[in-house]
Amino acid sequence: MMIRTHQLCLHIGQRRLIEKLDWQVRAGECWSVIGRNGAGKSTLLRTLAGLRPADSGTVAIQDRALPDWPLAELARQRAFLAQSRSDAFAYTVIETVLSARHPYHDNRYWEGSDDHAIAIRALASMEVADLAQRDVRTLSGGERQRVAIAAMLAQDTPLLLLDEPANALDLAHQVSVMTLLARLCREQGKTVVMIGHDLTLAHSVSTHALLLRGDGRWLAGAKNDVMRADILGDYLGHPIDIIQHGHRSIFIPTEEIL
Amino acid sequence: MHSFSRNLQQRAAVVLAGLALFALAGLVFSGMTGSVVIPLADMPAAFVDLLHGEKSTLAATLLDLRVNRAATAFITGAALSLAGVMMQALLRNPLADPYVLGISAGASVGALAALMLMCAAWMVDAAAFAGAVAVSMMLYLLARRDLRGGTAADGGTALLLLTGVILSSACMALVTLMLSIAPDSRLRSMVFWMIGDMAGAPLRWMPCVVLVAALVFAVRNARAMNVMALHAEAAATLGIRVGALRRGLFFVSGLLTASAVTTAGSIGFVGLIVPHACRFAVGPDHRLLIPAATLAGGTYLMLADTLARTIIAPEQLPVGVITALVGAPVFLYQLHRLRK
Repeated sequence: MMIRTHQLCLHIGQRRLIEKLDWQVRAGECWSVIGRNGAGKSTLLRTLAGLRPADSGTVAIQDRALPDWPLAELARQRAFLAQSRSDAFAYTVIETVLSARHPYHDNRYWEGSDDHAIAIRALASMEVADLAQRDVRTLSGGERQRVAIAAMLAQDTPLLLLDEPANALDLAHQVSVMTLLARLCREQGKTVVMIGHDLTLAHSVSTHALLLRGDGRWLAGAKNDVMRADILGDYLGHPIDIIQHGHRSIFIPTEEIL
Repeated sequence: MHSFSRNLQQRAAVVLAGLALFALAGLVFSGMTGSVVIPLADMPAAFVDLLHGEKSTLAATLLDLRVNRAATAFITGAALSLAGVMMQALLRNPLADPYVLGISAGASVGALAALMLMCAAWMVDAAAFAGAVAVSMMLYLLARRDLRGGTAADGGTALLLLTGVILSSACMALVTLMLSIAPDSRLRSMVFWMIGDMAGAPLRWMPCVVLVAALVFAVRNARAMNVMALHAEAAATLGIRVGALRRGLFFVSGLLTASAVTTAGSIGFVGLIVPHACRFAVGPDHRLLIPAATLAGGTYLMLADTLARTIIAPEQLPVGVITALVGAPVFLYQLHRLRK
């Protein structure tokens, strides 16, 4: 089992975000976490990443409780993409990606050429290899996001946790990044848990979905079981219409009658 | 592809060797210059005399004084510059500097309080250290939310700097208070401590030990500092023990600042402009930046001190005047550019 949570509760101040989450993620599955703003999606992801302790209950990665993992070893198991980032220093793109190789060499001072090859491959898969020598602070939001995802890929972990990977990306790159993530799950058996607001995109690439209502309630399951118009309407606080287009499902918010 | 990492190492070696040579040249230069100039031709003989402990010739005597002073300046400058690099990585802000953020002022408060209470010399040093660490802790607590929110690069900068300026002026008020209530017998040593420049400072072992230990700590953690400078809190997901590293950086940069301030009083902006210039020249990678900024900071203060004692010779200026006159405009320029 890649991720297993047992009776996991998450609170922010007095607010209960998630109550008693019993959730299992198997290797090779691609999960989308869906919910309205402030429903606890990022809080959940940060908890899974080990950046924040659980308020009660447990999280286990690969059947080993999160606090029992040595940090360096855990860094070879899961990568985390934060929702936003700020760059204070003029690191080059290639340096930011190489920094993701940190967990692999405790004893080396400089990266090896193997790390460099991995970093270049990761940049190429995100179509930003030509930016390798650029100062990260001069990149556009979408370019920076793709560089951050490239760094995550260079970390080369079986589990990927992504907080809004489609953020700031243009339409073409939203599709290509999501397709790449789905392919990693399918072909390399990687496990992806990501947060997204585009229901159509989430439905087309994910295998499963976890819905958070923001009041403690949650619903997890295969995407076709939980991404239904009535359920989504309840969880997102706005009625949703689903239109079938060929084999695809298009999710649109129902028009409000004024 | 194969030569990539070797290239990095070669570049680092070349840069560091160049800086070391420059530092050596700076040492020779500051040994030569002064109210009595020692000709370059006499330098080797004087150095040999000095190494044998003979101070019979005029050249050797002068050289002894000047080299001692230059070495003290070098250690102080290197400590300040290294402390600056560490503060900047810790706060993820290229404008962080022990002087601008009031950490030097905190050290002054500690040291003056100890002097006023007639403590032993080691307690003065310890009190300076405690003051430096107290101010950096306060800064961190006050600016913590912004650091975590990831706004440190833009919105957080102003808050952090303002916090530092306020802490600094509060510390200076305490210093003034202590000077005004101190008994006359203590006043003289306190004032001398405050003005503090290289003139009266003997070469001591403690700052050297602190500098070497801090350098070892910094180089060992250079990779982790890179990851933290890039990813802030999320560095934990790359296996960095963020809390432990932050505490270490606080402690060590406070120690460096305290040791520099006890040696030479408050010297401003070295920790700001030297790391900035080094970052511009060699890039932000801490693995090279840390040793480079340490060497460059030492050389910078050594040359600034040579300037301070020669510019209106035989009168001597405190070196802090020179560094502040150079540093303040550079700082303003940097702040202005960062806001754009």
